[in-house]
Amino acid sequence: MANVQLRGIRKAYGSFETIHGVDLDIVDRDFVVLVGPSGCGKSTILRLIAGLEDITAGDMFIDGKRVNADPPSKRGIAMVFQSYALYPHMSVRDNISFGLDLAKVPKERIAAKVAEAARQLELTPLLDRLPRQLSGGQRQRVAIGRAIVRDPKVFLFDEPLSNLDAGLRVQTRLELAKLHRDMKATTVYVTHDQVEAMTLADRIVVINAGQIEQIGTPMELYNRPANLFVAGFIGSPRMNFIEAARIGETSCATIGVRPEHINVSAESGRWQGTVIHAEHLGADTNLYLDCGDKGLLTVRLFGEQRYGTGDVLHLSPVEDAVHRFNAEGRAIGR
Amino acid sequence: MAAAQSELTRARARSAWLFLAPMLVVLALTAAWPLARTIFFSFTDDKLGDASYHFVGFDNYFVQGDGYTDGILADPLWLSAVWHTVWFAVVSVALETALGLVVALVLNSDFRGRALVRTAILVPWAIPTVVSSKMWAWMLNDQLGIVNDMLQRAHLISGPVAWTANPSVSMISVIFVDVWKTTPFMALMILAALQLLPTDCYEAGRIDGVSPVKMFFKVTLPLIWPALIVAIVFRALDALRVFDLIYLLTSGSNDTISMSVYAQQQLVQFQKVGVGSAASTLLFIVLAIFTAGTLLLTRSKNAEA
Repeated sequence: MANVQLRGIRKAYGSFETIHGVDLDIVDRDFVVLVGPSGCGKSTILRLIAGLEDITAGDMFIDGKRVNADPPSKRGIAMVFQSYALYPHMSVRDNISFGLDLAKVPKERIAAKVAEAARQLELTPLLDRLPRQLSGGQRQRVAIGRAIVRDPKVFLFDEPLSNLDAGLRVQTRLELAKLHRDMKATTVYVTHDQVEAMTLADRIVVINAGQIEQIGTPMELYNRPANLFVAGFIGSPRMNFIEAARIGETSCATIGVRPEHINVSAESGRWQGTVIHAEHLGADTNLYLDCGDKGLLTVRLFGEQRYGTGDVLHLSPVEDAVHRFNAEGRAIGR
Repeated sequence: MAAAQSELTRARARSAWLFLAPMLVVLALTAAWPLARTIFFSFTDDKLGDASYHFVGFDNYFVQGDGYTDGILADPLWLSAVWHTVWFAVVSVALETALGLVVALVLNSDFRGRALVRTAILVPWAIPTVVSSKMWAWMLNDQLGIVNDMLQRAHLISGPVAWTANPSVSMISVIFVDVWKTTPFMALMILAALQLLPTDCYEAGRIDGVSPVKMFFKVTLPLIWPALIVAIVFRALDALRVFDLIYLLTSGSNDTISMSVYAQQQLVQFQKVGVGSAASTLLFIVLAIFTAGTLLLTRSKNAEA
């Protein structure tokens, strides 16, 4: 197992720079999730760690050793691709053992490793099938099996769940969390889905436009977002932002309140709004209110609620859960 | 079954036949009818410029009399034509496949001016065979050819070689020109297959530390195999009925005569329609057996997978 360090990592394609100097310390055995919108560079960072892309500037260390010039196979990593990247003409068994066969590992040892990985991932009855005879979830497990048998120091996952349907995604997410607990391997995981990030990560790295916006535990990011981007990206439904001037605040430029931190009353409150849409989810109710010059606000209430379109409601933010941001979008400590 | 067919299915079948009809008529007129006539004439003693003919049974193919045998199958020239054709087909297709694979792999990688090279490489394939054969015949000419001139200047040969007339090298010349002409076709077919390969597999291979050579034999080759087989069958069928190249390059010499050239000689030069038809029929049978064999082989392989 190993730690991973990125020092001033930059990546440019020709004169076009996509990663603008990333510093990151990944602690041994941590599950780190790189999260951000499409095209923010999170996958590129993962591919730089893997060695599939050349580093333009900066230094990369795995287990204290500088690996800038090492090919992927010498970095002690294993990677699971979004598209699974299985060899279509090989059986599950051959897919898992292909790398080991070529590394001249003794046959009995390969067989034992494949059997163990197959047992762990419940692939044993499928070992002689071809990838096209498997479902998406099963293919994903084969890809994970191929990574496990390499005994890597660092596991790299590139959006491994995004090709799975919603139900399977939740189930595989649980399996990945369990796998990480069992293997205790350093893991770097890329996703655009903040729910995946929140549920899996020891630490989340929020990336935007080729730069790190914030690094922290899921709860740190939720409770103390460093800037408007992180505040808006983490949490669902999204945090409400209101121009401070419109509500008479002068200490900051923007205030942010999460939908779950607003109390609703029919009689009185700080702001008033009309319900324009209500989502009844059973466990929660999401209300979308038109609050005049304060804009469109979202409120999340626990349980079933009887409010509907056209209702006029009074809203009061939970005061110690209000986030304040300055004109540059940075959070002001509270 | 017929009762179970819905009205819609029947309507679809009707329109399908309607669309197919013109093609079936054209095929019958241009392929089936000439083929049937050729097989028919192969059992006669018909000659060009002579309208009357008699049935001679299998005499054009093989006849055994008192102490003599006759017919195509007893003609040593036919047997050497078969041998030349098979030899030409096997060697040229093998070389074209190997070279085409190399060219395709190069063209599949990213480099500056790739589009230009891709177009340029097609030039030999785009030139009509008549033109390129004549061109090469001149270049390989023993007195005036540029090939002899260049090889002599480079001191690789001491005197001019009659590349297309000398029996010991004429077949090599024919194969060389065919490889020059047809490698682009193979390269293009293989390149099309290469471009459909999943790229992520190769990244997984890099992480697994698979060497590029291993990757080629263990991943690339098995994955392009079906397309490669199709390309090889196409080329082999073409090569087995080779005519223009050999006829033009070596003027129908007996040292390089192919099955098609033999049939043409019998029919046109010797005016023996019956014997020429019989030779054509035999060539047709060889091609039919080869094609059926390949189809069966690939089909059983597909069923396995």
